[in-house]
Amino acid sequence: MTPRVGVITFPGSLDDKDAARAVRLAGGESVSLWHADADLHSVDAVVLPGGFSYGDYLRCGAIAKFAPVMGKLVDAANGGLPVLGICNGFQVLTESHLLPGALTRNDHLHFICRDQKLRIENNSSMWTSNYEIGQEILIPLKNGEGGYVADEKTLDELEGEGRVIARYLEINPNGSRREIAGITNARGNVVGIMPHPEHAVEKLTGPTTDGLRFFTSLLTSLVNNGKVSA
Amino acid sequence: MSIDTVSDAISSPKTSQPFAELGLKKDEYESIREILGRRPTSSELAMYSVMWSEHCSYKSSKVHLRQFGTKVPKNDSMLVGIGENAGVVDIGQGWAVTFKVESHNHPSYVEPYQGAATGIGGIVRDIISMGARPVAVMDPLRFGDPENPDTRRVLTGIVSGIGGYGNCLGLPNIGGEIVFDSSYQGNPLVNALCVGTMKHEDIHLAKASGVGNAVILYGARTGGDGIGGVSVLASETFDADGPAKRPSVQVGDPFMEKLLIECTLEVLHAGLVEGIQDLGGAGISCATSELASNGEGGMHVWLDRVLLRDSTLSPEEILMSESQERMCAVVEPAKIDAFMAVCKKWDVEAVVIGEVNNSGRLTVEWHGQEIVNVPPRSVAHDGPVYERPYARPDWMDVRQSSGPENLVRPKSADEVKQTWLTMTGTPNLASKSWVTSQYDRYVMGNTVLAQPEDSGMIRVDEKTGLGIAVSTDCNARFAALDPYKGAQLALAESYRNVAVTGAKPLAVTNCLNFGSPEDPAVMWQFEQAVTGLADACLEMGTPVTGGNVSFYNQTGEVAIHPTPVIGVLGVIQDVDRRTPMAWQRDGEIVYVLGTTRDELAGSEWAHAIHKHLGGLPPALDLQAEMTLAEILVAGSRNELFAAAHDVSEGGIAQTIAEMAMRSGVGVRLEVPAGLEAFTFLWSESATRAVVVVPQDRNDEFLALCESKSFPVTKIGVVDALSKSVELAGVFGESISMDIDELRTISEETLPRLFG
Repeated sequence: MTPRVGVITFPGSLDDKDAARAVRLAGGESVSLWHADADLHSVDAVVLPGGFSYGDYLRCGAIAKFAPVMGKLVDAANGGLPVLGICNGFQVLTESHLLPGALTRNDHLHFICRDQKLRIENNSSMWTSNYEIGQEILIPLKNGEGGYVADEKTLDELEGEGRVIARYLEINPNGSRREIAGITNARGNVVGIMPHPEHAVEKLTGPTTDGLRFFTSLLTSLVNNGKVSA
Repeated sequence: MSIDTVSDAISSPKTSQPFAELGLKKDEYESIREILGRRPTSSELAMYSVMWSEHCSYKSSKVHLRQFGTKVPKNDSMLVGIGENAGVVDIGQGWAVTFKVESHNHPSYVEPYQGAATGIGGIVRDIISMGARPVAVMDPLRFGDPENPDTRRVLTGIVSGIGGYGNCLGLPNIGGEIVFDSSYQGNPLVNALCVGTMKHEDIHLAKASGVGNAVILYGARTGGDGIGGVSVLASETFDADGPAKRPSVQVGDPFMEKLLIECTLEVLHAGLVEGIQDLGGAGISCATSELASNGEGGMHVWLDRVLLRDSTLSPEEILMSESQERMCAVVEPAKIDAFMAVCKKWDVEAVVIGEVNNSGRLTVEWHGQEIVNVPPRSVAHDGPVYERPYARPDWMDVRQSSGPENLVRPKSADEVKQTWLTMTGTPNLASKSWVTSQYDRYVMGNTVLAQPEDSGMIRVDEKTGLGIAVSTDCNARFAALDPYKGAQLALAESYRNVAVTGAKPLAVTNCLNFGSPEDPAVMWQFEQAVTGLADACLEMGTPVTGGNVSFYNQTGEVAIHPTPVIGVLGVIQDVDRRTPMAWQRDGEIVYVLGTTRDELAGSEWAHAIHKHLGGLPPALDLQAEMTLAEILVAGSRNELFAAAHDVSEGGIAQTIAEMAMRSGVGVRLEVPAGLEAFTFLWSESATRAVVVVPQDRNDEFLALCESKSFPVTKIGVVDALSKSVELAGVFGESISMDIDELRTISEETLPRLFG
């Protein structure tokens, strides 16, 4: 059976169709989930896409946290459901306390869109298992509030437990502490990443196809966990 | 609060009215009285004053713009022509494209962030009101002297506004222009282009048909923003208690616009709408009068039903408000509930404010009292038309006769190299990535090419690879030297930029930015530019599908350079075959297509090095331009090119530098026999492109050029071992420039000025 991967659309989500396309190109079936849905439609995993949910009013991701679908998602994620938050999705995950820390205004105060080099630091999460540790990838980055911050103790914990999944290389585009581009929870099922792997899945439209492995990693993980058959 | 009703207007014919403060001329006011057979109510006066403004009525430009309707080339691809919110073009496979460019110049000078932001908002609503999904935006921008401190205020605000609004809207920004010239110091130009796609059956028009149908206003609430001059009425007619002075620049909310896009496309695709109109300039006045005028001819509006942000607004202000993110739809009574359900899903407020009838009148009531009763056509379409006097100014003789012949040119290999390095870093030629990196070019996942490529290219159909390319261009210095030829050169450049990427040019939009139409010299520039553009469009087979005129870009006696920004749309059958601008592999052969003449008048070199503007712009042969495009499109389709890049501002030197910086791979070139190095590098002769051909396609490429009898000159080869641009034949020597050094020079200019 083809894995079913939900993509949640909040009012103001922008990269939801791109996330769905990436799921399909990786071999999964994408399922549209609506912010007001009362359940997760039995999906095998969920992507929280980029964009400006609820106009980023109050704080990025702060209102999305209260969407009806998020209550179910938080429970399911705590139960092991794979969840990937990209950009605004990452912000929603920190606001929902599924991941520690917060994303703040870029240190240079400008929105920035660039092809960003990253180093993969962890390949044991459900979303990064198909990468090599130390592998360098190039994927688009586009954010106004992408500076990852957390207190020193949390940062030390993330490093100590190997939960930094990717770091910025060459330049730190937004002032993130310790060049952190993405992190995972301890269980490895919930991952947040500020750059956009879903925009690097086709040679035609992306700088590379380096982002596709986030999605094939998920499918591999689901098969290995016996959630779906190969 | 006293209300000026229709019966008041009848009973008090002698009441004096502030028509002049509202921008109406005495004779215009008299003709309103004649149309109505009485004095207008204050609400009617407000409606006429805004709808008969230059911005809404095109009263000075109409007589000239008619040429776009009479000089129409034979072209099967036009589905909807000029006059609607935006023209619609057939691109095949059942797909249609609509695109349009509009100005938001004056608001962007007053309040750069909001002016630029709402400029995008307005053009996007034009596109969705045709039934299309917006798929990309572009921004042709003009600023004053980059060293002037006010330019920093204007530029940084405008760029933030475009990014802040466009990024949040989820539309990729795929190109545009940034040009500096002191003629724009007090009058920056902010033009915004949006392109949308749809299936043929989804085309919608703005008309209120079907007696008994409901008129629904939906989107943001109506507030006191963008009212401008109408506050004269409020202060004259009403108690002084209410807020009288209101901001005249609108404030945008891109999140609401995003909801409005999704909500509108959903109601259109569900078949719930008979007619639709966006609310832009002149707000409810414009939307209701245009809908009624295009439909059955009558409409009744209950103005007190409009949802307000500010309960103290007067009816005149509500009619005039330019609050953003609002739309008006005409809906059959049986479909109102379904329409409202979609609005609720997207958290968009909606209310029925009117009903279509066959009275032939637009009537508006306010708490039971009639405050407007007019023939809608007289408001929307039958405004004044002026035949403004125009005459070629005498100073054109001086301007055209003082050419660049005597300007000092580089005299040695060293001076050529130094000039090349200097030119690479001038504000007009330098990398614009400091600006464009503040815009999202990836969202929607269909961006095939974006700046700094020659045109922006978007994949329309994922299955077939059908795509479109769009470019906007204008060298206003050419238009200043000869507005007729300048407009044609702008069209030719835009046409070429589309063809260079492999797309076939199909249709044209324009944004005509000029000084005051009351100045006969400006009016002459306008008349010349429109005529030049219409003539060239007819010859090249690319119809004008719509556009926009912006007059009064003038401070005191000083007008901007005439700036007819031309957008060209092209279609490409398979975006996989697109031609990028960067060469790739060792041994690829570099050619110039076209003829290089000694043409430096209006060039970037004359401007940047000598601050000189004079002479006659480059010669233009439209037939040759079409042949060049045929070669570029055929070469792309048959995969003859590794790369191609247009030659325009900055000449071949700039073209080569941009290709090298984009590629990172070196190149060895030689000045062709019979040309001086300087002319070869910096002439801006039209109808040229640099193309790069893999060795195994060389014979086929040369045969193609020969079959078209088009001039082609080999200038060098790509050298993968080198990281520099080398040019032989410069005063008997070779010069060499490191690509990383060029890139550093190119990329540091804008951050230095504005970062």
